[in-house]
Amino acid sequence: MTNYSYTLLIPLIPLAIFLITGLAGHKFKPIVSGLTGTMGLTIAAFLSYTTAIRYFFIDGPANGMYPQIKAVSTVWLRFTDTLHIDLGILIDPISVMMLVVVTTVSLMAHIYSLGYMKGERGFARFYSFLSLFSFSMLGLVLATNIFQMYIFWELVGVSSFLLIGFYYEKPSAVAASKKAFIVTRFADLGFLIGILMLSFTTNTFDFITLTSTSGPIIAAPAGAAFVGISVVSWALILVFIGGAGKSAMFPLHIWLPDAMEGPTPVSALIHAATMVVAGVYLVARLFPAYALAAPDALHVVAWVGGFSSLFAAVIAITQIDIKRVLAFSTMSQIGYMMMALGVSGYGDHEGLGYMASMFHLFTHAMFKALLFLGAGSIIHAVHSNNMTDMGGLRKYLPITHITFLIACLTIAGIPPLSGFWSKDEILAAALHHNPALFAIGIGVAGLTAFYMFRLYYNVFWGQERHYHHTPHESPLVMTIPLMFLAFAAVFSGFLPFSHLVTSDLKTFETHTDLAVAIPSVLIALVGIGVATVMYRKPNSLPDRVSSSIKGLYTASFRKFWIDEVYQFVTKKIIFSGVSRPIAWFDRHVIDDTMNAVGWLVVTTSERIKGFQSGQVQQYAAVFVSSVVLLVLVFVYLFSN
Amino acid sequence: MDILSLFVVIPVLTVFAIMFAKNLEQTRWISATGMLIQLGLAAFLVFSYLHERNLGNTAQWLFTYDIVWFSSLNIHYTVGVDGISVAMIALTSIVVFAGIFASWEMKYLSREFFISLILLASGVFGFFISLDLFTMFLFYEVAVIPMYLLIGIWGSGPKEYSAMKLTLMLMGGSALIMVGLLGIYFNSDPTGAMNFTFNLNEIAERGIPIEAQRFFFPMTFLGFGVLGALFPFHTWSPDGHASAPTAVSMLHAGVLMKLGGYGAFRVAIYLMPQAAHEQAWIFIILTAVSVVYGAFGAVVQKDLKYINAYSSVSHCGLVLFAILMMNQTALNGAVIQMISHGLMTALFFALIGMIYGRTHTRLINEMGGLMKIIPFLGVVYVIAGLASLGLPGLSGFVAEMTIFVGAYQHPDTFHRVVTIMATTSIVVTAVYILRVVGILLLGPVRNEHHLHLSDAVWWERLSTLTLLVSIAAIGIAPLWLSDMINFSLKPIVERIVAIL
Repeated sequence: MTNYSYTLLIPLIPLAIFLITGLAGHKFKPIVSGLTGTMGLTIAAFLSYTTAIRYFFIDGPANGMYPQIKAVSTVWLRFTDTLHIDLGILIDPISVMMLVVVTTVSLMAHIYSLGYMKGERGFARFYSFLSLFSFSMLGLVLATNIFQMYIFWELVGVSSFLLIGFYYEKPSAVAASKKAFIVTRFADLGFLIGILMLSFTTNTFDFITLTSTSGPIIAAPAGAAFVGISVVSWALILVFIGGAGKSAMFPLHIWLPDAMEGPTPVSALIHAATMVVAGVYLVARLFPAYALAAPDALHVVAWVGGFSSLFAAVIAITQIDIKRVLAFSTMSQIGYMMMALGVSGYGDHEGLGYMASMFHLFTHAMFKALLFLGAGSIIHAVHSNNMTDMGGLRKYLPITHITFLIACLTIAGIPPLSGFWSKDEILAAALHHNPALFAIGIGVAGLTAFYMFRLYYNVFWGQERHYHHTPHESPLVMTIPLMFLAFAAVFSGFLPFSHLVTSDLKTFETHTDLAVAIPSVLIALVGIGVATVMYRKPNSLPDRVSSSIKGLYTASFRKFWIDEVYQFVTKKIIFSGVSRPIAWFDRHVIDDTMNAVGWLVVTTSERIKGFQSGQVQQYAAVFVSSVVLLVLVFVYLFSN
Repeated sequence: MDILSLFVVIPVLTVFAIMFAKNLEQTRWISATGMLIQLGLAAFLVFSYLHERNLGNTAQWLFTYDIVWFSSLNIHYTVGVDGISVAMIALTSIVVFAGIFASWEMKYLSREFFISLILLASGVFGFFISLDLFTMFLFYEVAVIPMYLLIGIWGSGPKEYSAMKLTLMLMGGSALIMVGLLGIYFNSDPTGAMNFTFNLNEIAERGIPIEAQRFFFPMTFLGFGVLGALFPFHTWSPDGHASAPTAVSMLHAGVLMKLGGYGAFRVAIYLMPQAAHEQAWIFIILTAVSVVYGAFGAVVQKDLKYINAYSSVSHCGLVLFAILMMNQTALNGAVIQMISHGLMTALFFALIGMIYGRTHTRLINEMGGLMKIIPFLGVVYVIAGLASLGLPGLSGFVAEMTIFVGAYQHPDTFHRVVTIMATTSIVVTAVYILRVVGILLLGPVRNEHHLHLSDAVWWERLSTLTLLVSIAAIGIAPLWLSDMINFSLKPIVERIVAIL
């Protein structure tokens, strides 16, 4: 068996670069930090590709099963004899696949930013944060145990916070970064409690033990139940809440659209391709436990995913900020992946949904990163995020236009582009396990094609705007990543995923199910067709349609008022409803009680201090009168 | 002389040396030298302690020294350390060292200031090395009393009120502790031979009758709890810290409040485990309230020092909470949390003092966008904030996770439910930390007078970096610390389990 301990370098290189550029970056020219970061990531990507080729194609499955290898493992913190946090590297199909995804997209974002962020104040800081993020994300995907994952989970959260708030002088960026951190922190609380419950029931954090079919969860699920659902299911639901927070599932998705305040390469890397799929990865990591020991939890995953994908698709239709359209599209596609996991079974062909989810994660990372980087190129050219400021850009930005069109066709699911293959597997899995979710999936496919082409036509066709200066194509350093990702978006669908990433680590055969493929392609074509009619040439149709369904339009445009709910919860409940009364109570009840005690002592002593006057006459008077009084009392007592 | 007594002797010698200092320059350099020696000595102690353990020395207490002090009452000067006290001594020397540099510019009555500060430190060191309850209490008072002068003379705002409030409330706690200690003393001979002792180990071995425990446990725990900011006896903390000068806040929140947690563990829990086991639930509820209540209290404060004071109520509440869980993991977490909070809060108060020195305000809405103007202080503040909200890689995470995992391993539902309640503080902490960071450091500059502030100078950098490096070191490589504490906790927990 190959020794994979060299994979330790993959996360450590970005870490080293983060430390170097973070501590000494200001001493050099900014470009030095940029180039160092890019070089480091190139090495990390190279190592990841080597690992993938070795693991999948040279070593391959042993006895029909891919091995799970702990390449490195060291105890980091010991709680009890059995419970300890290890830091290590777990090599198995999904972690190797994620290595490829993360390093590829990260490398593309690094290269692209050399052009996109050129001349920005804080260029070095940007690259040092990118390295921090890459390190954290790689540590997350390589985690050998759930607590290591939690550690890196928090670290990607903070990197995301730092990068969303990159333009820290802009109040909206500060607010967005804060919101992202707090909403995901709230979700992480669920994750943490889930970990505590799992650790209590199973006495281990280790992924291999937790997901082993002879392990403590699956072979001997603890009997105790709460409200008719077993403790393990509750724990896994709580863990899923953590995943739902990071992956922007309803109703914890509210931070994702605002996170678009960050620089566009960040949106591509963190908020489209890598960090936001961490929740999917988490469920996939623990998948055998979900599928075999906690089917209730898996139902929750399926429905939350399905609902989020529909919900986000409906909102994406009406947004005018191109990055927000893409953000809701991301949420919708991640909902797809969650739904695929949720409808999946364990083992062999039953595990189709699992395979499809991972497949879609892979292809989505490529085409969504492409869309975001393309959007960045557009924004770079017209200096606006709003599609109302764009139109007819196809002649000015030829490369961006072609690559963006490829990405739109891919996400719409047009064969033979990669999105078609992975989406097809998801829908096939849904059809066999849950027809209702299949219907949602088909609907979302149509909506996706529609809103992507609405975006595409509004930007590249439609009415040409008056631009302050003629938009021009981005430099090569930005278009090369676009072309690379377009290549990946076209061809990654031909990867034989069912031979690579499966729920039980064994390979199986898939074939295209025409009963699924034909309707899904048809509805995509309908979506594209409608968008073409409405948006290709300027006309009054969009306005007429939106005014005919005014209520629905407004609801979608206002994102179903979830932001207002969030505002209400934070401002009215947490701030005014809980914290302020507590602060008042502390000052006016608890502290005033203490002050009252002090006041009581002072007042009492003021009153009685007259007795200690030092005047002999007064003392004599008190003495004599007391004696007389006592004598009278005694006389009275004894005379009876 | 034994190495441990040096920890008391060096500060005292430094104090004598300061008396002969002619000006501020000499005063601060003498103080810095003295505390640098102290820091070196602490490092030496840590290494020699670990060395002894590596050699296989499994005695509960190392470097012990015992001399009869007052024979008719059987009072000794007994010193000795285990992993827990070694860790606390290291914490104290780091915080005191950083505190000296944070008050580098203390111009008003500087000699007297440094004398009181270092005297206070000597009391704290004495407390941590003592194994005799009487001596321990003596040092405790030495540590608490200079606080009154330090706040009353060098403080700001309503300093007399705050100093008086703080001192009286802590004295109230001391009174309870003293009664508790006397109660322990007079019950320390179950044979009835009137052969009483103040020695911690002897008492633990002999055991105290359960009736006496029931009466004296709550007294001692509450007494120490006041110093550990136990709800509802925590209100001295916000006022006291707000009025205290920078280094005093640092020392007080960083070290002195830890005497509360340390004492509650060493005296109340260790000597009276049965009563602790019976009555813990009351205090567990109080501490769980402290944890969440302090965090919510911090959310709406406007004064930086108040925010940090309420945050301390929350974090120190977690210390006492973990101590009451009485299992090895949670206790370990309690000790790490004491150290972690000590470093973090000292760093916060140092930064607040430095920011106040520049802007002359501590109200967050009078400031804004400082990150751009004073990037060094800004970045350190953000990192301190991240440590406070429990980011992995910094000390707060290690401490909190150890506590939560430990507390959750209790077999009964009550302990697990309160643990879940306490975990919610991690969200609220994030809220108030990010609120401050967002208003104070980020966004546009709100006050144009602040546009020309200068960034940290060398002593400020030295002070903050000392603390920051310690926080990061524990956060990145916690195993040696955790193992060192665990080793010493093991016999204690085993004894407690055996008794129950």
